[in-house]
Amino acid sequence: MSKRESSLSNLALTLFIIAAVAAIMLALINLITTGPIQKAQQQKEKDALREVLPSFSDLKTFYIPNIDGEDSLKVFEASYNGQIVGYAVSTYTMQGFNGKMELMVGFDTTLTIINTQVLSHAETPGLGEKITQSDFKDQFRGKNPEKFKLSVKKDNGDVDAITASTISSRAFCDAVDRAYRSLKAWKGGE
Amino acid sequence: MNQWQNFSKGILKENPVLVLVLGMCPTLAVTSSAINGLAMGLAFTFVLTLSNVIISSIRKIVPKIIRIPVFIVIIATFVTIIDMVMHAFVPDLYKALGIFIPLIVVNCIVLGRAEAFASKNNVLSSLIDGLGMGVGFTLILTVLGMIREILGAGSIFGYKFIAPTSDGILVFILAPGAFLTLGILMALNNLYKNKMSNKPKNN
Repeated sequence: MSKRESSLSNLALTLFIIAAVAAIMLALINLITTGPIQKAQQQKEKDALREVLPSFSDLKTFYIPNIDGEDSLKVFEASYNGQIVGYAVSTYTMQGFNGKMELMVGFDTTLTIINTQVLSHAETPGLGEKITQSDFKDQFRGKNPEKFKLSVKKDNGDVDAITASTISSRAFCDAVDRAYRSLKAWKGGE
Repeated sequence: MNQWQNFSKGILKENPVLVLVLGMCPTLAVTSSAINGLAMGLAFTFVLTLSNVIISSIRKIVPKIIRIPVFIVIIATFVTIIDMVMHAFVPDLYKALGIFIPLIVVNCIVLGRAEAFASKNNVLSSLIDGLGMGVGFTLILTVLGMIREILGAGSIFGYKFIAPTSDGILVFILAPGAFLTLGILMALNNLYKNKMSNKPKNN
């Protein structure tokens, strides 16, 4: 390596310059990427909303109390020409196989599930990951949790769990159920 | 050593995964599908090549006793850059690779090449060395991902070739499958090397 003297001032100066150059570069890249990162996240939310709601012209966003905890849940109220057509609830569960799972669940005005969409999850690839596929998700479509019990058949519910992924299936049900009960409580108290 | 040898040593003779057995954490963890392995390999190649070049070009002005902190700062900077760029432009891939992109910082191969090669050789050699090691790493991760995806999920690069509702051999998607597959690849590489070294005697 270097033949430069290892004096304190030399060392401090070298480290300072390297760190300063690194900081400036990172600041620049951060400036460039902040926009696209936010846009990608918003785009994802938009795509999910289109997936779980009927066609709408207006969207109102507000928060409703989470029936199970202190956090509130984000709700998108969709209306078409002034008529409310459905709600999309951004819900979550902590019971996923590897922690948090976030879902978007769309309900019509009678609280029948229109569709569900996974926003983020950390399930095992090839196993629990199948919660994102329509084979599993489609069984929730058009079901009213009033009559359709939101738990897997092993727990005396009505949901067909994914083979070898009962925990992920349970977590999915938990998130949908949380959205349903919170929305119901909020509508009842409105 | 000519530059071609310098490049190709990373692919078989000194392959970072099969021979040096470095960087096992991403190798085993992200190769559940071919595309994950390929993306991890490319991100890694980017970091390794650029950090090799920078470290080589400043090797004469960095005092020896602070070289390790300097290496780490440089490597961490490139890792953060690729992390932010991937987050912004390929969010799905970013999500799949998750924690393993930031973890390139502590990947033994990058620091190992910086210490063992880039800090002692000129910029061109370091660039070639970084590329060679990167290609070797990417190749093994992709092959590993392909084997595991074919056996475990019945698909290749996401295209399913068995009935969509059926499963593959699940164990290959899970952690034990990674160890099994990597072990077999290492054994094959050793077999090949033994054959090559025995050949002159037989003739």
